[in-house]
Amino acid sequence: MEILVCVKRVPDTSENEITLNRAGNDIERDDLVYSVNEWDNYAVEEALQIVERLGGNVTVATVGGEDDEEILRREMAMGAKGSALISDEAFEGSDSAGIATLLKAFVQKNRFDLILTGVQAEDGAAQVGGMLAAMLDYPFASLVSSIEVLNEKKLRVTREIEGGNKELNETDLPCVLSIQTGINEPRYVGMRGIRQVASIVIPTLGASELGIDKNSVGKIAAKVQRTDYFVPVLGKGAEMLGGSREKVIDKVIELVKAKGGLK
Amino acid sequence: MTARIFAYVAHVNGVPDDAASELLAGAKRIDAAATPTAIVTGTGEELDAACRALQDSYAEIWKISNESLAYPNAELVRKALVAVLPPGSIVLLSHSHFGVDLGPGLSVKLGAASVSDVVDIQGIEGNILKVVRQEFGGQLSAHVRCDISTGAVINLRPGAFKPLQGASPAGGSVVDKSSAVGALSAGRRYLETVVAEAADVDISKEPVLVSIGRGMQEQENVAIAQELADAMGAVLSCSRPVVDAKWLPKSRQVGSSGQTVRPKVYMACGISGSFQHLAGIKGNPFMIAINKNPKAPIFQVADIGIVDDVLEFLPELTTKIRETVK
Repeated sequence: MEILVCVKRVPDTSENEITLNRAGNDIERDDLVYSVNEWDNYAVEEALQIVERLGGNVTVATVGGEDDEEILRREMAMGAKGSALISDEAFEGSDSAGIATLLKAFVQKNRFDLILTGVQAEDGAAQVGGMLAAMLDYPFASLVSSIEVLNEKKLRVTREIEGGNKELNETDLPCVLSIQTGINEPRYVGMRGIRQVASIVIPTLGASELGIDKNSVGKIAAKVQRTDYFVPVLGKGAEMLGGSREKVIDKVIELVKAKGGLK
Repeated sequence: MTARIFAYVAHVNGVPDDAASELLAGAKRIDAAATPTAIVTGTGEELDAACRALQDSYAEIWKISNESLAYPNAELVRKALVAVLPPGSIVLLSHSHFGVDLGPGLSVKLGAASVSDVVDIQGIEGNILKVVRQEFGGQLSAHVRCDISTGAVINLRPGAFKPLQGASPAGGSVVDKSSAVGALSAGRRYLETVVAEAADVDISKEPVLVSIGRGMQEQENVAIAQELADAMGAVLSCSRPVVDAKWLPKSRQVGSSGQTVRPKVYMACGISGSFQHLAGIKGNPFMIAINKNPKAPIFQVADIGIVDDVLEFLPELTTKIRETVK
């Protein structure tokens, strides 16, 4: 089975405090730790497990710039055989539909039986997979928590729904699935693995290689544009307890007791 | 403002989703004068019951009855909506497990713009709809401009739009649009719903929860929280990453894809507070949050916040509670 996994390099929210830059139009990017989007890592692992069982190859692709090569290399160290960096100045500022348009062009230059994305990335949009599927007229399932290959033409997949329940579906191939965290346990990638793929040349595909009309993607075509970031105010905000840990603990015990939280 | 606004309302056994009133509130945020049309799909008596239930709040309800829509399969619902929606429509969906499945593909097939997980709507200027979203797990919000000149599909975050109070009954009319939709087929077919297995502990009924997140760092540290829970007479629950890492079973997960809990006291330990997690906490418990990231969204909703390392704070708290209770 030939599987494409679409991946993205993102600031790691578990490693960073995300703050506004001084202009307020972007996050402060100095000293940020970047990594592969958490959901995508599960998607790559799932693809690798499928080809280990049934044969085939895993290809990873991302839309971005030079800096994004590192995550393609990381996923190749996990076991992906093919890779593509979809990159062109004309692609900058693409919205989700623009990214999906680029991935569609890449898919049509190749032959994939199955396309995986993560459920969402750091922007929480959860859109690219569903858009890509619709553009290709492939079936789509979001929030996928298990995949069983029935035969060359069919999968059985479960989707997460409310209350810890699951929805069981059958889907024709080729299809696009957005993969939920927890579907597997992504393998560890050591320095040795990274070194082994360090010299592999990753092909860069721009507008001409993909046969893309530059006016159909990028900022010029983006119907959805972020203008700025700001710090949200959701509720009244917590009363922050400061001072020595000992005093904080005494206060917590007093409050929890008053609210009936100690038996 | 000429674009017509529609709200796709899901229902279970003829009872419309809670989102029905939230989508209506969202439509009014786009245009206070708007009279949005609800669209409901399904079959038989359940479909009619869902339409009747919406007549009090919506001025018009479009009913699409089709045998293949008995279960809401996003691909089939998409085809039905594409068949009935006028060009340039604004379609509101709930950013639910179903809305995530439907929205992106629907926008492609309508040639419309799409914005997901919208938490606020600021209004329309010409062809631009101005909305607010959140990024980085809720650590930052973003102003977003959406060009609606060819229509739009907007997914609203569940719970973010408060239902309107005191609106007079709309006395809505039900319009049967079924004949515009022919036979439907899809490449993905629903087979069955697998109900979650019964758990050793039902966290949805527990009054005091010590809830742990990614901040616990390693599986062996779960014991630290368990000791606190034992000292308090509380039960251990968790956020999604803890279940993904298999430190605790799925039945302990609080959130939109886990359990909905209604405790009196909720102690969030090393939990950042994604909206999916917060969606599972009801009944306005007294919430104490401990997190080493002062920007963690959980501090926006907690009653008491403590910026500290849970791995150091919790053992000391446990020791002190044991002394107090003794």
